[in-house]
Amino acid sequence: MSDLNILLAGFGGQGILFTGKVIAYAGMMEGKEVSWLPSYGPEMRGGTANCSVCLSDTIIGSPLVTTPDVLIAMNLPSLEKFENEVVPGGLIIVDSSIITKKVERDDVKVVYIDASNIAENNGFKGAANMVILGRMFKETGFCSAENLDKGLQKSIPPKKAALIDNNRKAIALGIES
Amino acid sequence: MVVKGERPHALVDVPLHYCPGCTHGIVHRLVAEVIDELGVEGKTVGVASVGCSVFTYNYFNCDMVQAPHGRAPAVATGIKRARPENVVFTYQGDGDLAAIGMGETVHAAARGENIVAIFINNAIYGMTGGQMAPTTLPGQVTQTTPYGRDVKTAGNPIRVCEMLSSLDGVALAQRVTVDCVKNVKAAKRAIKKAFEYQMAGKGYCIVEVVSTCPTNWGMSPKDAIQWLRDNMLPYYPLGVYKDIGEGEQ
Amino acid sequence: MAERVLMKGNEAIAEAAIAAGCRHFFGYPITPQTEVAAYMSKRMPKIGGVYLQGESEVASINMVLGAGAAGVRVMTSTSSPGISLMSEGISYIAGSDVPCLIVNVQRGGPGLGGIQPSQSDYCQATKATGHGDFHMLVFAPSTVQEMVDLVAGAFDLGDKYRMPAMVLSDGMLGQMMEPVALPEPMEVDNDSKPWAACGHQNKREHNVINSLYINPQELEDLVRQRYEKYEKIKETEQRAEEYLVDDAEIVIVAFGASSRVSRSAIDKARKEGIKVGLIRPITLWPFPEKVIWKHTAHTKVFLSVEMNMGQMVDDIKLACRCAKPVEFYGRTGGVIPTPKEVYDEIIRLNGGVQ
Repeated sequence: MSDLNILLAGFGGQGILFTGKVIAYAGMMEGKEVSWLPSYGPEMRGGTANCSVCLSDTIIGSPLVTTPDVLIAMNLPSLEKFENEVVPGGLIIVDSSIITKKVERDDVKVVYIDASNIAENNGFKGAANMVILGRMFKETGFCSAENLDKGLQKSIPPKKAALIDNNRKAIALGIES
Repeated sequence: MVVKGERPHALVDVPLHYCPGCTHGIVHRLVAEVIDELGVEGKTVGVASVGCSVFTYNYFNCDMVQAPHGRAPAVATGIKRARPENVVFTYQGDGDLAAIGMGETVHAAARGENIVAIFINNAIYGMTGGQMAPTTLPGQVTQTTPYGRDVKTAGNPIRVCEMLSSLDGVALAQRVTVDCVKNVKAAKRAIKKAFEYQMAGKGYCIVEVVSTCPTNWGMSPKDAIQWLRDNMLPYYPLGVYKDIGEGEQ
Repeated sequence: MAERVLMKGNEAIAEAAIAAGCRHFFGYPITPQTEVAAYMSKRMPKIGGVYLQGESEVASINMVLGAGAAGVRVMTSTSSPGISLMSEGISYIAGSDVPCLIVNVQRGGPGLGGIQPSQSDYCQATKATGHGDFHMLVFAPSTVQEMVDLVAGAFDLGDKYRMPAMVLSDGMLGQMMEPVALPEPMEVDNDSKPWAACGHQNKREHNVINSLYINPQELEDLVRQRYEKYEKIKETEQRAEEYLVDDAEIVIVAFGASSRVSRSAIDKARKEGIKVGLIRPITLWPFPEKVIWKHTAHTKVFLSVEMNMGQMVDDIKLACRCAKPVEFYGRTGGVIPTPKEVYDEIIRLNGGVQ
């Protein structure tokens, strides 16, 4: 894998920033240069959240992803806003539990995953982000399975370590999807 | 021979620059006597403010820091937080404390910042030549209230001790004056209590000294003292507005 | 070196300051630097330090003045509008020869401006952070690791020269996470400053920390002394990174966030065979004029890439003694230029791709 620029976008509270952090940490464990840049400010107050993650073999110039290789869209406004920015040949992962609209482009790969429903039906309500992460891992192979798990562990502070297992299972659901 | 009224050690042996009849000199001496009596010169840091008393850094023998206009409470906060073992006081006039520095004053008081504020209220800006202060009395003529302070346009004077006494962080808020021996002695007792409260960690202490400015009031020193009694004290009654005594914040 | 962890720039710089022995922080919330204060409020009480939220930036910088005057290692952080409010205190701090560290996580201006990353406080930081004749040391990190690496040095040089130091960061570096290795904690002797106002203990004359000099000659003499010190600093403390610049005909000069973007653009242009390189000022004051002059002869054109309207251009012109043209490409208002934009500018200056 060469450089990978990832844009994650959705509502605040969906775990967008956390998902980005897991990807960044996993990339770091993989030996990549990584960066993680959140949107910040008033738009974070109950509105949209998005997060740029860059994985690279060389020093990262701009950490701001404007033309993503991978777009993870977890709500409709995010898909509509960023769909046309994805590079040709890129990947769009759509949480189809939330977004019923179809991607109109035919020069990108689109994965529709019923992530929120999969998470909820398996007892991991609120972990749609991890289901999507699992699927994104499967599609891109951006790191080894071992490093993905290390990235997850590193992203969760020790006092919340009890949460690791559920997240791990949700990721597995995404990989299997 | 026993010399009485010797210069306190905490007061540097230099001529003060104040005008004849100005009460700054008396208050300087009282603060210095208190520092001597408590034996704290070596650990005291004073904060000079902007106004006539800016040169206090040359007059007190303890370490001194000169603060921007109004910011003495914030500077004193920084010193005290960095060096809790130090005794820290500010020496501020009415323009400094109650106009430009009111925000810093109120918040230092509300935090219960463990410092002493010596507040000289002479109802006028001295250093800049006699302009209206936040404590200028209604009807009082100054350079910038040439027809007398009209409270409808220039606002009302601020009674600082009364206002600060409502704040939980304040340990002592007392108004004194230095117009006669009895009041000078009372003023010194208040200043000493304020320093002692700080050393006991009780919180913010303010001693407001109702003072004269003969030069900018346009009076002789004697007339200024009388004007203080007739006009200032009725508006700014002497007294203890807050004293937590044996209590703690 | 410690294990690398992912940290936000704002949190990393706070931890680095703690590692550098800083135990006193005074500040006021403002986006996009608030994480610095939040981090300090969490850490300081646990290590015997002082965190205090002032009632304003005005109060906070004066608390810094007080603590610095008392001799301890002290810092504040804020974002652009906050620096404007602090500029009075910074002038007094400089005029009183008190060392301290000020972090500016820049956002767009003027006025309330925006909250997105910007470099539009360059002139304010390097030329006029307050009234009067004075300078601050100004450091411009370009990565989270460098946010960390510059902190201890900024404190040390501030102490050495008895002057305020600034880390001029921006919302991008403050908000982004990158892997970072934190330095080993160092001990600082807060009682090592004989000039400090912390009580003379009846062992010396009283110290006075002051910026007022009524006698003009006295003030002039003091300011001249300070400027002699500044000349020495200009001679010895200039720092810059040179990247692919030895054979470059187009030399980009960029600091902080815009230097990262420029580096990506340079890498792309180099693949096209274009001789383009980067001089990245690490100290903005003193400005690294020596390295720019060193490369002026082989440079055909300088390109200043900034996140403002070209505030650094004049400094580059002076540094190359106007011997070569200095072009400018920038975005402002909180917009981050893309590598593509900078690349296009390189191609334009190169007269296309040969």
